[in-house]
Amino acid sequence: MIEELIISGRMNPEIDPHLHAWPWYVPTDLFLAALVAGILIFSAFLTLHGRENEFPAAVKRAPILAPFLLGIALLLLFLDLSHKLYFWQLYTNIRWTSPLSWGAWTYLFLTPLAFIWAAIHIKTAFPNWTWPYKWIDTFIESLKGYRIWFAWAILGLSLTLGMYTGILLSAFNARPIWNSAIIGPLFLTSGLTSATAFILLNCPKGSNEKKLFCTVSLISLGVQTFLMIHLVMGYLSSDLAQVKAADLFLGGEFTTLFWILIVALGTLIPAYLHILYLKNIKIPVIVPSILIILGGFFLRYILVEAGQISHW
Amino acid sequence: MRYAMAIDTKKCVGCSDCVVACQTENNVPIGYCRDWVVEATSGTYPDLSMELRSERCNHCTNAPCVRCCPTEASHIVEGGIVLVDPDQCIGCKACIASCPYDARFVHPEGYVDKCTFCIHKVEKGEDPACVEVCPTKCMYFGDTDDPNSDISKLLKKRKWKTLIPEAGTEPNIYYLI
Amino acid sequence: MNRRDFIKIGGLGLGGLAMANPIFDWATGAVLTEADLQQTFNKIPTYCEVCFWKCAGWAHLNEKGDIWKLTGNDNDPHCNGRLCPRGTGGVGMYYDDDRLKTPLIRTGERGSQSFREATWDEAFDYIAEKMQKIAEEYGPECMALFSHGSGGKHFGRMLKAFGSPNITAPSYAQCRGPREVAFFATYGEGIGSPERVDIRDTDCLVLIGSHIGENMHNGQVQEMSDAIDKGATIITVDPRFSTAASKSKYWLPIKPSTDMALLLSWIHVIIKEEWYDKKYVDKYAFGFEELKTHVKDFTPEWAYGITTIKPNVIRKTAKEMANASPSVIVHPGRHVTWYGDDTQRLRAVSILNALLGSWGRRGGFYNPEKYKVAKLKLPKYPKPNKSWRDAFPDQYKLAGLALASGICDATIPTDERDCSFKGWIVNGTNLISTLPNPKNTLEAIQNLDLMVVIDTMPMEITGWADVVLPECTYLERYDNLRVSAHREPTIALRAPAIEQKYNTKSAWWMAKELSNKLNLKDYFPFETEEEELDWQLKQIGSSLKEMNKIGVKKFDRKFDDLYPLENLEEYEFNTNTGKIELYSTAMEDEGYDPLPKYTAHDEPPDGFYRLIYGRAPMHTFSRTANNPNLTDLMDENDVWINPKVAKEWGLKNNQEIWLENQDGVISSFPIKVRVTERIRWDSVYMVHGFGHTNKNLSRAHGKGASDAELITKTKIDPIMGGTGMRVNFVTFHTELPTQGGA
Ligand SMILES: Nc1nc2c(c(=O)[nH]1)N[C@H]1C(S)=C(S)[C@@H](COP(=O)(O)OP(=O)(O)OC[C@H]3O[C@@H](n4cnc5c(=O)[nH]c(N)nc54)[C@H](O)[C@@H]3O)O[C@H]1N2
Ligand SMILES: Nc1nc2c(c(=O)[nH]1)N[C@H]1C(S)=C(S)[C@@H](COP(=O)(O)OP(=O)(O)OC[C@H]3O[C@@H](n4cnc5c(=O)[nH]c(N)nc54)[C@H](O)[C@@H]3O)O[C@H]1N2
Ligand code: SF4
Ligand code: SF4
Ligand code: SF4
Ligand code: SF4
Ligand code: SF4
Ligand SMILES: [Mo]
Repeated sequence: MIEELIISGRMNPEIDPHLHAWPWYVPTDLFLAALVAGILIFSAFLTLHGRENEFPAAVKRAPILAPFLLGIALLLLFLDLSHKLYFWQLYTNIRWTSPLSWGAWTYLFLTPLAFIWAAIHIKTAFPNWTWPYKWIDTFIESLKGYRIWFAWAILGLSLTLGMYTGILLSAFNARPIWNSAIIGPLFLTSGLTSATAFILLNCPKGSNEKKLFCTVSLISLGVQTFLMIHLVMGYLSSDLAQVKAADLFLGGEFTTLFWILIVALGTLIPAYLHILYLKNIKIPVIVPSILIILGGFFLRYILVEAGQISHW
Repeated sequence: MRYAMAIDTKKCVGCSDCVVACQTENNVPIGYCRDWVVEATSGTYPDLSMELRSERCNHCTNAPCVRCCPTEASHIVEGGIVLVDPDQCIGCKACIASCPYDARFVHPEGYVDKCTFCIHKVEKGEDPACVEVCPTKCMYFGDTDDPNSDISKLLKKRKWKTLIPEAGTEPNIYYLI
Repeated sequence: MNRRDFIKIGGLGLGGLAMANPIFDWATGAVLTEADLQQTFNKIPTYCEVCFWKCAGWAHLNEKGDIWKLTGNDNDPHCNGRLCPRGTGGVGMYYDDDRLKTPLIRTGERGSQSFREATWDEAFDYIAEKMQKIAEEYGPECMALFSHGSGGKHFGRMLKAFGSPNITAPSYAQCRGPREVAFFATYGEGIGSPERVDIRDTDCLVLIGSHIGENMHNGQVQEMSDAIDKGATIITVDPRFSTAASKSKYWLPIKPSTDMALLLSWIHVIIKEEWYDKKYVDKYAFGFEELKTHVKDFTPEWAYGITTIKPNVIRKTAKEMANASPSVIVHPGRHVTWYGDDTQRLRAVSILNALLGSWGRRGGFYNPEKYKVAKLKLPKYPKPNKSWRDAFPDQYKLAGLALASGICDATIPTDERDCSFKGWIVNGTNLISTLPNPKNTLEAIQNLDLMVVIDTMPMEITGWADVVLPECTYLERYDNLRVSAHREPTIALRAPAIEQKYNTKSAWWMAKELSNKLNLKDYFPFETEEEELDWQLKQIGSSLKEMNKIGVKKFDRKFDDLYPLENLEEYEFNTNTGKIELYSTAMEDEGYDPLPKYTAHDEPPDGFYRLIYGRAPMHTFSRTANNPNLTDLMDENDVWINPKVAKEWGLKNNQEIWLENQDGVISSFPIKVRVTERIRWDSVYMVHGFGHTNKNLSRAHGKGASDAELITKTKIDPIMGGTGMRVNFVTFHTELPTQGGA
């Protein structure tokens, strides 16, 4: 066993004493992208099943904010670049081996579609909405005819985006914490959970939609918990580097954050509140929703931070 | 052709000459470095052993930094040298996160920088600056595809290891032990 | 005095570190063509001044004409084309923007650090006037020159012309003096620099303390590596697991200060087992029987009790040496002023080598040769009436050179001494961190009428000067030819690679201008350094032009005697008996022990640890502590503490602590703890040269702690006046104690 390991003379900023190349922009970007992906998946999926009218909040209201959240996510991605003037190089190549590359292309196609999708539904959400020019109105109305096509495209791209947020990390086996196949599904599920929370915020009081989404949210939280347990078990049953890495959550630097913010506040408490709600006990929906959304953010924050610290 | 480096840990004294030489040769800004020295001691006094070694980008055959680069800024050239083209690099730092050896850093000008195997010298048939300066002559540079090269012979003769083989990167820097 | 007169050293003149821009364009393909351009840039020959190994190399300029990089000269036996990290980082000496930038004259109290900018003329007038006054009142001998580095030759010429023989360097009484005296006593010749050790060809290298690999004297490091390649056995004796120890077949983790016992025991074993080189000893040695009787009782068991080295290890290592004999080197070390009985310890080393037959043999000690370069035609120097020796009647009788510490001590007037020094010229030596006990040095300085410091950096010593003369760095000047003794004789040229930055000048120019003011013009007959060098080179069939092109010129050896005793050739040694004196008649004549004896040294009291110190490969003493390239590699020292001790004290890695020595002196700055198995539990270790107190050193100020400051006690070698410095003990404070301390 090595008693003393000294790396002398290397003090590269953001690399030493441990990697910190990605500040909060990156987990925030990942979180927003997953949230938007979740929202759009629900909206597109329900549209394709022709259940638009049963789920007005999920299909029509929630997606209105999606393009703006996407915009923020893109902005954060941009802000994180250290060689910004060259960002256009992202779009001179398609690199299938690079999640960031296809992530960037997904953003590129999904963002206009998300705007169109929001535009199509804006009048349902805000009945008093008017477009400044008549021709816009006409144009948007004409697009409505292609709703199904848009829904297919959005569903596909949103799934890609949701997966991208997880695979971006799990593609790096350089960082033991990220080196897990569970992170992809976990982030996708967590995106869907956050989306249910977001949709719940848009549901009218006491609506059937609210009840149903509460159930969906609960199931999603369950799957998410299952995946989280698997993630940690996976670390523990793997090689030394991952066992050491898992220590970051089980007694190390991130223990409190992980157990309190993500497990307790982000998962167990909102799940319990959902159950109470389903048992017809009055719970202001904003509480579990915000908790879930924050939990979703911190999940990514912690995994990005801990992942950078963990090393072979 | 497969350029590689072999570093004899039995001779390296950890002096960091390779680090300064790289800094001056390549104008690596003060405060940054493309190579560094690791000192690993094990045992208890007086039963001790120590390994000293100079580290840098491993110019991995299976380079995750190249795979994850969204722009092709990170690329592999003739001889397997992994390079970054500053004019294509957007500074997304994916490659930094993907490198198990922490061999890359963001140059103050914004692009990602790392060891180039001194390609500008190698192309002229010279050794990289760090190899050329090492006072213990413990660093060897050459073509491992050529069975007659000094480095190939050395790797045949001596025991060696690579760093973090578990990461599956297939490094091209060998440590003679 | 108005406000403007308070100008801090170092804060003067134009600033701005102009680092060269990348030479090559990274757009693929352009790499080569741009790089090709580099070849057309200039390279200028130089020899390195970052330490005193004096490697010859090249300064390369970039396309803007700035210094780009430094590389070794392939033809130079000191470096074989490879500079050490300090030499490679020598560019930082030039680019350091904290450099001294213009002459300064003190305006406030000595040491108050208040100076005004002066012209060179003013500065020289001031100095010349004071020097002449000292000469009139006390005699020119009361001026002393302390110098470490090339400039010493030029100021030395001036001082000898002025009438003083008191020229000294810390590289004697604080460094290798005892070794030279000991080997001279035994073989009639010293070791010299570069050391005449044939490491590259040896089969067995024994290092006693010498921490080659951290001690980065280039040629030796290279040759040790060659020896490792060839499978030579290395035996390292060191209380610390040094880099060399980690490369060794045997590491003897000796209790510090007990090396003499080990050496005597090795001698005992080798004689008792009859493992010595009989023919060699019979033919060349004097006093074998006396030695044999002398070491009769120094058994490995005896030594074990003293050194903690197991008897079987002592026997086994003795056998290893004998097996390799005569291709074996018991290395004499270099910085050997440890415990005050250092000359005697080195005598034991020289005796051991004689028994192994390594002197004058391949793989042992070779016979170096130096090229004779024409001397300048100068008027005779005046004969001085007194010298530093007069201050020490009947002491240090075998000192071959002036003692820096001795001159320092003799500057403090006492009842017995009237030969007090009144003026110091200090060139390229930071006496505050170089001489032990800085308080003593400062007391001496306060007694001076004149103190001139020539330096490149605002080091501690410059703060105490009356006049500070800023020298340009070695990359900006000519100096004397490097004429060195090596396996082959060589000369090397240092030429300026770039124009002098700021208002700085070379020592040669300063010495010449000052000599003019002192009416000693004739001692600098040439107008410029170029002319002087060119004249000298032309006398030996070369020229400045040729040397500018090649940098290093090799000559054939005059005699084919690299290993003069290889085949037991006839040989007369330069000793009283003409033999290798195992038993030293010269020592006996002067009243010193003719055979080395073991003496026990003080041990640390409870709660204290012996302070031992050494080198880091990327730094030279205190001179590189502010070098931007080298501080990038290491910007402070730390104190090495054994985990057992750390546990006892509750100390953690990187924790900052203050050290206090046995005399209640507390380090000026805290130092970080390095908890490491690499150090014994009865000692702590730190790298010399840190803990700078001069605020004008923007990178070095307050970084780490100074060992010199904690070395308030010394054991003076009675034979030659070396200052044994490893006799101090320190304890730890986790908070800054109120002065006066425990
Ligand atoms: N990088 C670098 N290299 C240098 C220099 C430099 O400043 N920087 N300076 C040069 C100069 S001028 C000199 S003189 C040399 C000095 O270098 P050396 O001659 O090698 O100096 P030492 O004092 O022998 O070396 C210190 C070693 O002695 C060990 N030691 C301490 N106490 C004892 C003891 O009681 N017994 C034994 N056996 N070992 C002990 C220490 O643990 C440490 O490893 O280095 C030269 N080389
Ligand atoms: N405590 C302690 N004391 C020691 C030692 C130790 O290990 N510990 N080592 C001892 C040994 S072995 C030696 S050899 C001596 C070395 O002692 P010094 O040679 O005095 O060592 P430095 O502290 O490097 O001081 C060198 C000074 O020269 C200046 N200088 C550098 N380059 C130039 C130049 O080109 N021109 C001029 N004019 N000045 C220049 C630097 O700025 C610095 O002020 O110290 C001895 N003293
Ligand atoms: S220059 Fe050579 S000996 Fe020094 S640290 Fe680098 S590899 Fe090791
Ligand atoms: S060492 Fe790191 S930067 Fe270099 S090729 Fe391998 S993964 Fe890429
Ligand atoms: S930082 Fe530059 S080199 Fe690295 S992955 Fe991003 S674009 Fe490629
Ligand atoms: S090969 Fe060149 S770029 Fe790489 S570490 Fe060595 S000197 Fe630096
Ligand atoms: S050993 Fe290093 S510092 Fe000393 S002269 Fe040679 S290159 Fe310069
Ligand atoms: Mo020295």
